[in-house]
Amino acid sequence: MSNTAVKEVKLKKAKKSSKAKMYNRGAWMYALPAFIPLVLLSVVPLSQAVWTAFTDSVAGFNVKVSFIGFENFRRLAGDTLFWQSFRIGIIWAFSVTFLALFLGFGLALLLNQKLRFLGLMRVLSLVPWAMPPVIVAIMWNLLLRPQSGPIEGLFTFLHIPGAKTDWLGDFNTAFPTVILIGAWVGMPVITVSILAALQGIPTEMVEAAVIDGANAWQRFRYITVPAVRAITSALVALNIIWNFSSFGLVFVLTAGGPGGKTFVPALFAYNEAFKYGNFGYAASMGVVMALAIVGMLAIYLKASKREDTQR
Amino acid sequence: MSTASKKVTTNLSATPIEKKKRKYYLIPTYMAVVFYILFLGFPFIWMLSTSFKSPYELLQLKHSIIPDGLYWQNYTDIIEKRGLINSAKNSLVIALLTAGLTTLFTVPAAYAIARLRKIFSGIATGWILISQVFPVSLVIIPLFMAVRRLGLLDSIWGLVLVYLVASLPFSLWMLKGYVTSIPVDLEEAGAMDGASSFQILRRIVFPLLVPGIVATALFTFLNSWNEFFFALVLIQNPDNETLPLTLARFMGSEGQVLLGPLAAGAFLATIPSLVIFGVMQRKLASGLLAGAVKG
Repeated sequence: MSNTAVKEVKLKKAKKSSKAKMYNRGAWMYALPAFIPLVLLSVVPLSQAVWTAFTDSVAGFNVKVSFIGFENFRRLAGDTLFWQSFRIGIIWAFSVTFLALFLGFGLALLLNQKLRFLGLMRVLSLVPWAMPPVIVAIMWNLLLRPQSGPIEGLFTFLHIPGAKTDWLGDFNTAFPTVILIGAWVGMPVITVSILAALQGIPTEMVEAAVIDGANAWQRFRYITVPAVRAITSALVALNIIWNFSSFGLVFVLTAGGPGGKTFVPALFAYNEAFKYGNFGYAASMGVVMALAIVGMLAIYLKASKREDTQR
Repeated sequence: MSTASKKVTTNLSATPIEKKKRKYYLIPTYMAVVFYILFLGFPFIWMLSTSFKSPYELLQLKHSIIPDGLYWQNYTDIIEKRGLINSAKNSLVIALLTAGLTTLFTVPAAYAIARLRKIFSGIATGWILISQVFPVSLVIIPLFMAVRRLGLLDSIWGLVLVYLVASLPFSLWMLKGYVTSIPVDLEEAGAMDGASSFQILRRIVFPLLVPGIVATALFTFLNSWNEFFFALVLIQNPDNETLPLTLARFMGSEGQVLLGPLAAGAFLATIPSLVIFGVMQRKLASGLLAGAVKG
């Protein structure tokens, strides 16, 4: 191709793109119908929530609300019950996330192989995701009942001690049991995401590694792990956020009991607001939780970044 | 060259020793498979089995998976006596309205975010992520007050409004991924041929986006069908209850005694989810990732 021809093509291309660009000039207007409600009912309430945290707002109509500065936070700082629940929330968020990650990663590895029952497993792996939290609670309640539950039956049959345990009602077992169920619920998203990353690994790469004499562990360590690293850290971050502020499952399973053993902070704030009507105080708890999440995320992101640069 | 590739193939087809090794490998692997199948599937099977057991059988405390007979009365009982039909109707109306409105709002917006200049889409994506960080318990208080001010407390419409807002960010996120996967060249070609911006959206982008829209709408439908917490806070009148609320109330009050009807109701409430997930299993997964990876 001669030089002039190249130039001509380039010119044509430039012309085309400039004309083509024109058409989506007004595209921002398309965003309006979605952004108006989003702003009105998400940006405004959020700012309002933060503001409420600095007031003495309580439930009920026509109650005078006044600004009280950091009073709620001062009171919160000395609220040992809240901090106890805060600790439970952190343990809950991390245990559920890492247990779900462990189980989901294992399942994804299995699903990525050529095995029998693969179809069945693939469908089952999504079941917890399809279940509403209320149904999950009902299901596990049926399973774990100390009287008629099959777990009790199995334990009795195998002569394992503790068959008569009331798993969700016992002081020692309630929290671990709820964590296990939380992980059961959290597994599918993790499994599916990691499986997608695993399926993105080129088969030639694995074959080449086999030819070069890499054993299973080495293949896992130097091919699989790097392939899922990015998605895994994103999943961990997201799950910690979700779990820390979620309480639907705990609410229906144990309602915070027994003896406050499963009293996650979101549930604490919910009770404060809708049981006792202290909107302002409850909002300050929400703010503290949001700050905690941002803090945890910052630490986590920093740590995973450092790990990346060291590599 | 040809000898080299031959060597590779012989190396790859496992030698007898390696095959033996593989078999040996399979024992723990299949133990894991059995574990996962039981862990994931058994709770559901048990619920299904309980839903067919008669009160008499449940009292006998024998732990068999297969019920003595099919005791359909659990189903008729929960449907006829517990107002399940009414709450199912509420749930259906709310979920359909939410899915429809969300789609209507997010399709153009997702297009705009995906195709507009980097700064704008960066802000939008940033906000979507930020909105995920805030605990629901923080947002619920002002939302409750806002819905009350609008006079929509304890009504289906209030719930639809809240669900709409709650599902916008994620729906945008998912759809944006689908839009990004449509080549811009197609739209540019349309523009070259003199199509207007709206025509491009309507004639070129929309048809290609249909599978993504269906996936997103179904996902939104499911989320509102399953939602419990907002409904708990915003709905008081039993006539306006959604399915999860009715079941939760039933579990709390009488469910301790009436396990059969409880299991039956729970199973019925899961059917839409199971159908949607069964049909869409691949689509949902890839849709979720579309937003995450291509964003």
